[in-house]
Amino acid sequence: MMEQEILYNKIFGISGKDFANAGSVSVKIKKILKEIGIKPEVVYRVSICCYEAEMNVIMYARIAKLNFTITPNEVIIIIEDEGPGIENIELAMKEGFSTATQEMREMGFGAGLGLPNIKNNSDEFKIETELLKGTKLFFKIYLN
Amino acid sequence: MKIKELIEKFDLKVLNEVFDPGREVSGGYTGDLLSDVIANSKKDNIWITMQTHLNIIAVASLKELSAIIVVMGREVDKDAIAKATEENITILGTDLTAYRMSGKIFESGIK
Repeated sequence: MMEQEILYNKIFGISGKDFANAGSVSVKIKKILKEIGIKPEVVYRVSICCYEAEMNVIMYARIAKLNFTITPNEVIIIIEDEGPGIENIELAMKEGFSTATQEMREMGFGAGLGLPNIKNNSDEFKIETELLKGTKLFFKIYLN
Repeated sequence: MKIKELIEKFDLKVLNEVFDPGREVSGGYTGDLLSDVIANSKKDNIWITMQTHLNIIAVASLKELSAIIVVMGREVDKDAIAKATEENITILGTDLTAYRMSGKIFESGIK
């Protein structure tokens, strides 16, 4: 496959438990997409996916890097974290299943919709995880 | 209906400031689970919730919601109000429950 032309690339850091800045990377990505003039429907879907992925890192992982790329055809996001990994991906993908603590639930997290929301709003979705090491999430949203 | 009219009609408390009084409110969403609101609310919706912490602001900002109404007279965290002001998000308050507030707004024609 030919290498795709990269129009834009930026790497963001996300720290686990950093609830004070939760969502800030997603807000930045949304602003960049809007400024570039990406169509609203795509911006909307990328925003939902990024927010959920960012919250997963904040709730469960120690630290992560989010790699954000725009090519002429798609938005590509790769989030690689250092964390506990996911014990059962099939369960984690099920709507309503969550391992969030009571405290997180009281804050309105832990609906069990995070990964399903990402899958439903992306065009390509892949997840790799290794227990006690971390999780790598990859998703693409087509521009057209 | 515009934000300003909504505030007057339902006697809503303005918890930070009204950034765009003339902004149209179209539809609404009621919910306390952030993933639900992220997935299902629409641009320019008014969001009715009992959540009061900082993380509601990112949700409202990402979804371009018209304003947040916090119900049952709950006190909104100071850092949430500061963040909302920074992001130009209007936070309103009511003593009504989420059910009653949603019902009244729906009845007024915002559907």
